[in-house]
Amino acid sequence: MSAAIAAAKKNLKVVIAERDEITGGILNQCIHNGFGLHYFKEELTGPEYAERFRDQLSRYADSIEVLTDCHVLRLNRNKKALLVSPKNVFELEAKVVVYAAGARERPFGSLMIPGDRPSGIFTAGVAQRLMNIDNRKVGRRALIVGSGDIGMIMARRLTLEGIEVVGVVERLPYPGGLLRNVIQCLKDFNIPLYLSSTVVEVKGRERLEEVIVASVDEQFRPIPNTEKSFKVDTLVLSVGLIPQVEMLNGLVSLDKRTRGIACSNTGQSSNEWIFAAGNCTAIFDLVDYVTKEGERAGEYASRYVNGERFSLGIPIVPGENVMLTFPNYYNDIDDLTLYLRCKKPMEKAVLKVGGFEKTFEDLIPSEMIVVKIPKQKLSNLDRIEVKLEEV
Amino acid sequence: MEKIVCVLCPMGCKIKYNAVDGKIVAVEGNRCPKGLSYLEEELKEPKRIVPTSVKVVNGELPLASVKTSKPIPKRLIPKFMELVKQVQIEAPVKVGDVIMKNVLDTGADVVATRSVRRISSA
Amino acid sequence: MRIAVIGAGVVGSLIARELCKYDVEVLLIEKNLDVGWGVTKANSAILHAGYDDPIGSTRARFCSVGNAMFTELSRELDFEIKRIGSYVLAFKDEETAVLHKLLVQGEKNNVPDLTIHDRETILSREPMINPQVKMGLWAPTAGITEPWMVAIAAVENALENGLRLFLNEEVVDFEKREGRIINVITNKQVHRVDVVINAAGLFADEIAKLAGAEYVPLHPRKGQYILLDKKLGNTVRSIIFPTPTEKSKGILVLPTIDGGLLLGPTAEDLPSDRKSDLTTTNEGIQSVKNFALRLVPEIDFSLVVKTFAGLRPESPQKDFFIGKSEIVPNFVNAMAMRSPGLTAAPAIAKYIVEEVLQQQVGLNLTTKKDFKPTRKGIKKYAELSLEEWQKAVKENPSAGRMICFCNEVTEAEIVEAIRRGARTLDGVKFRTRAMFGRCQGGFCMSKILKILERELGRDASQIVLKSPNSWVVDGKVRE
Repeated sequence: MSAAIAAAKKNLKVVIAERDEITGGILNQCIHNGFGLHYFKEELTGPEYAERFRDQLSRYADSIEVLTDCHVLRLNRNKKALLVSPKNVFELEAKVVVYAAGARERPFGSLMIPGDRPSGIFTAGVAQRLMNIDNRKVGRRALIVGSGDIGMIMARRLTLEGIEVVGVVERLPYPGGLLRNVIQCLKDFNIPLYLSSTVVEVKGRERLEEVIVASVDEQFRPIPNTEKSFKVDTLVLSVGLIPQVEMLNGLVSLDKRTRGIACSNTGQSSNEWIFAAGNCTAIFDLVDYVTKEGERAGEYASRYVNGERFSLGIPIVPGENVMLTFPNYYNDIDDLTLYLRCKKPMEKAVLKVGGFEKTFEDLIPSEMIVVKIPKQKLSNLDRIEVKLEEV
Repeated sequence: MEKIVCVLCPMGCKIKYNAVDGKIVAVEGNRCPKGLSYLEEELKEPKRIVPTSVKVVNGELPLASVKTSKPIPKRLIPKFMELVKQVQIEAPVKVGDVIMKNVLDTGADVVATRSVRRISSA
Repeated sequence: MRIAVIGAGVVGSLIARELCKYDVEVLLIEKNLDVGWGVTKANSAILHAGYDDPIGSTRARFCSVGNAMFTELSRELDFEIKRIGSYVLAFKDEETAVLHKLLVQGEKNNVPDLTIHDRETILSREPMINPQVKMGLWAPTAGITEPWMVAIAAVENALENGLRLFLNEEVVDFEKREGRIINVITNKQVHRVDVVINAAGLFADEIAKLAGAEYVPLHPRKGQYILLDKKLGNTVRSIIFPTPTEKSKGILVLPTIDGGLLLGPTAEDLPSDRKSDLTTTNEGIQSVKNFALRLVPEIDFSLVVKTFAGLRPESPQKDFFIGKSEIVPNFVNAMAMRSPGLTAAPAIAKYIVEEVLQQQVGLNLTTKKDFKPTRKGIKKYAELSLEEWQKAVKENPSAGRMICFCNEVTEAEIVEAIRRGARTLDGVKFRTRAMFGRCQGGFCMSKILKILERELGRDASQIVLKSPNSWVVDGKVRE
């Protein structure tokens, strides 16, 4: 939505194709707080945040056509998209495309957990949709896997609705999400957090009956004789998000680390008429960041339509202690807003990017670092290495 | 030292503290005095904003997401949930609609956080 | 004349359909909630060429014949087959000798066009194969299909031709008079019958025992599999076998009919009381990984979509046990359908009806004049041309509402699947391929649940995944 609004502000005609019945994406089911602290300087719930942008969309109704219940099935090299909706199936030729298809959840099957294949195993997003939109309880007694923010938030949600949450299992030796959520979702409700633990077996012929959890070593391998049994009928998994890039197969390059669409700081991909923003490029922590990136993509996409051409720029590569970085290329057309994640928790580290340096404390991989680097600090480079030197 | 995160502003300062018999004896990490009063409140009467859902009648969706307009005492949450479960609201619902006023005398309202249109046949 | 077929797997379904070509009343009794959910559902989906069956065995008798029948059958019943061919690869000298034995055996079994390929030919056709391969046996008639769809399609066609189908109904006993079966007793009712055909898969020995007929003892042979993302669908073009051992055909690498990559199966013999053990194990999955990597060294396991296990009914003779009972004159067995059971199924169905029933049991069956031989599958709107799809959406808007994005399945197809008999989430899945893709139902499961609720007029808490107690959701969050 923010990309469309940015483009509309530059007098472009925009079509938004949204495959759900309503705009807003995953925000519609994120009924908890924590959105907008940066962007609106207010704390909002997901649906409220989405509504603000829906309001803006309607203000630009002359320029922005919003097609909901409309899925883009294919996009080809000739900029032709096949749009499928109950109203019509048609081709649309674009001058430029901004791709913001987000991410999908890692499914239970990909974890290769031994045991049965009963009902009652949900990824967190599915459980969230069932409970918050469809008005259905997912079970009676649950175990949550993954202490990222969404796992912890679902632990609270289930508990508030009378579903017993017996614990949250995390394979890292520290919680995967924000401390604030550890307090407000787990500690507040006395939900135990089992660190350095993983699910090693699921049991249940028809509906889930039991989950076996074991402790793990530093390589996440289960340690024998540490098994604990949890008699639950529901397993909620929050074990990773995967950028949805398949539709652009063959059209754009991907980044090996983020597994998302490789982009420049203009939001442009390796294919000049395709721009991308959001979780389909790298998995972001905050919708506020995603909104800004969407605006950026929309703006540069508009400039592209108006005839400007940009080069991808120089590569940005993760260096010491850095797991991944976004964007993946830097064009000195503007300053650089850089997002990165550290590889391991560090109490104190100095971020070094070109001529830019900043010290950070209490770094953990699940909390993205964001810095704005003036372009003067990035001149005369043929590549940008991003390092975190531990102090 | 114990840790909390102050949620009063986007800085999200991680405040470390030691408390004896509910009295703060050591604090560090707050970047402004509001953090200290947040910590004191946390220890005395922890409060939370509660996001949840309310049943909608004659709406395109069965539920409207809601939240308390300000944090309410944590100890009142179970009672609060009991009340919320009894409520029904008639569509249409707009973001910001007040669903319950001054719930449990906390001074906090329960407000809608999403819109729900009325079904056309109703 | 009333004939009961027990078991709606691929064998039972094809036998039932074959019987519907005649003027008889046909009953198909299935204990699961849907057809094809036993052995049929979890196997390698291969149409074997037939070189692997000992000369003179019942397997050899029906495998290559059945394989050839699949061309016409897939057209009549509108399900997909792909004749991608198979390689049996030898990496050691001892193994090359086995390949030559298979070649001779295959030729004796009337398997067409078998050839030995050298290393260069193999690597030029299959560049991802382990370059240490020495030679391979190439069988062009081998192929892949969608096994549960064969059963679903056969039953749909049979229903149009008068079949009476009984799902969620388990045979618990037989009533005999003067040594002949007169009634089939299930957990729901009693069916008076004239002939019984036993195609009860893993439980066929128990059924035969209940009837007092001959049987071979069956034990489950577990096969564990790993399924990987369609991104790896072009890893191999054909079915890749290692050199078989005494025990089994080995762990394979092969494409699936919908473009994914399948690895497996293991071959673990379980005791006969573990016929419901469909668990995967660490050892099993590790074994699949290791053996698959020997055939194709580069497989990206971060692209695993799921792991699962299937059970095949194995007998000590390692062969089908088909024929009329000598003890109970109106009881016919079609059991021990271990590999290549799926491939042989059409040939077995024909044999049972034409030879066993008519010649051996002596039934006088007259052909139906109005038998409808063809069945059309559920139309896949995403495969239509733009104009055709536009027209379809104007008439039926739900043909334009995409529900399963990964596999491009529209609401219209899901509604049609329900109309054709899907009552469970898996029922929709196996008829449409929704929830089969890389997100494994992450985006579409909640929508499909709502569609089932609406179409069946049932509360979502009453809708199950696959079996009566596999409930999906509990009550409402707000009543």
